[in-house]
Amino acid sequence: MGIAKYEDLTPMQMDVLQEVGNIGSGNAAAALSNLISKNVEIEMAKVEIVGFQDAIDQAGGAERVVAGVLSRMVGNIEGMILLLIDRNFINSVISSFSSKPVNNLLELQEAEISALSEVGNIMGGAYVSAIGTLTGIEAALEAPILQVDMVGALMSLPVVEFGEVDDKILYIDKHLHIDGEAMNANLLMIPAIGSLEKIMVKLGLDK
Amino acid sequence: MSNITVGISDWKICGTEDTLVTYALGSCIGTCIYDKDAGIAGMSHIMLPDSKSMRDGNVNRMKFADTALPDMVKEMVKRGASMQRLTAKIAGGAVMFPTQNQSFNIGGNNIQAVKKALAALKIPIVADDTGLNFGRTVYFNGSDGRMIVRSTVKGIVTF
Repeated sequence: MGIAKYEDLTPMQMDVLQEVGNIGSGNAAAALSNLISKNVEIEMAKVEIVGFQDAIDQAGGAERVVAGVLSRMVGNIEGMILLLIDRNFINSVISSFSSKPVNNLLELQEAEISALSEVGNIMGGAYVSAIGTLTGIEAALEAPILQVDMVGALMSLPVVEFGEVDDKILYIDKHLHIDGEAMNANLLMIPAIGSLEKIMVKLGLDK
Repeated sequence: MSNITVGISDWKICGTEDTLVTYALGSCIGTCIYDKDAGIAGMSHIMLPDSKSMRDGNVNRMKFADTALPDMVKEMVKRGASMQRLTAKIAGGAVMFPTQNQSFNIGGNNIQAVKKALAALKIPIVADDTGLNFGRTVYFNGSDGRMIVRSTVKGIVTF
């Protein structure tokens, strides 16, 4: 009985998570557009359960250097949200307040780190509030932390802490268009198994 | 001469003709064990310190420091390595997000667990590039036992 690992989720329960992805993407597009004063469109998010290695591959490979914005979910839902963004995406965000593009991700300035952390915060928050909309379960995000490093290294924390027995996580693949230009952002949502169960119980979908 | 990839929760053994590599370690640890005289090298990539912490008894032994290292060393000895000659070089165990919850310092716990497992096997650690807050890709040359660590922060460093 109950959900012991992500793979125990039924198709109907996966539909709920897909719906969290759909509502969350809509929220995220609106919030991001508002923040950077640009037109943001997010294509239908695809919510999947994937293994650690597959998630790394889907995010462009272990050694790809990106900025990761990690937010911890607290309150009635526990877990983490990790947004992985590349230079393309970062420059699109930064150009809304600075004329100087970022060439080297390792040399981000304070103002840029702060802006990107806020992007992570609102995009993560968009999914947390989607859970609230669907289930009435409220949760919050702690202040995000930004770190630039290799994809594989950045992902290791949430996978180890919340991946449970099978190292599986929820992966939300997002294709965005910012002012018409296509770019990728990879969002990993890693709710604690107990929190997933709470969502399903609330929706009457527990077995 | 070819590169053999050691995956996540994995270990591999090679001879003098090959190089073992594991990519983008964060809080995970790469342990490189070498018998120079026999020309046998082994690399393990562990994610967690202790298999006994799992509720489920059916665990992947390559994932945990306390099971992966003895298993790999046993296989190295089976292939002709001598316990007395083994030396270890370790890398990884970072705290990837600096202000993350300190009570859950998985990188630090992994470092301790790997050191404990090596001590139990009486294998001396001759090089240590663990901790801090950045990811590492680790190469281990079967030909000479060099461990080469690549990171965004320090570039390429040979141990």
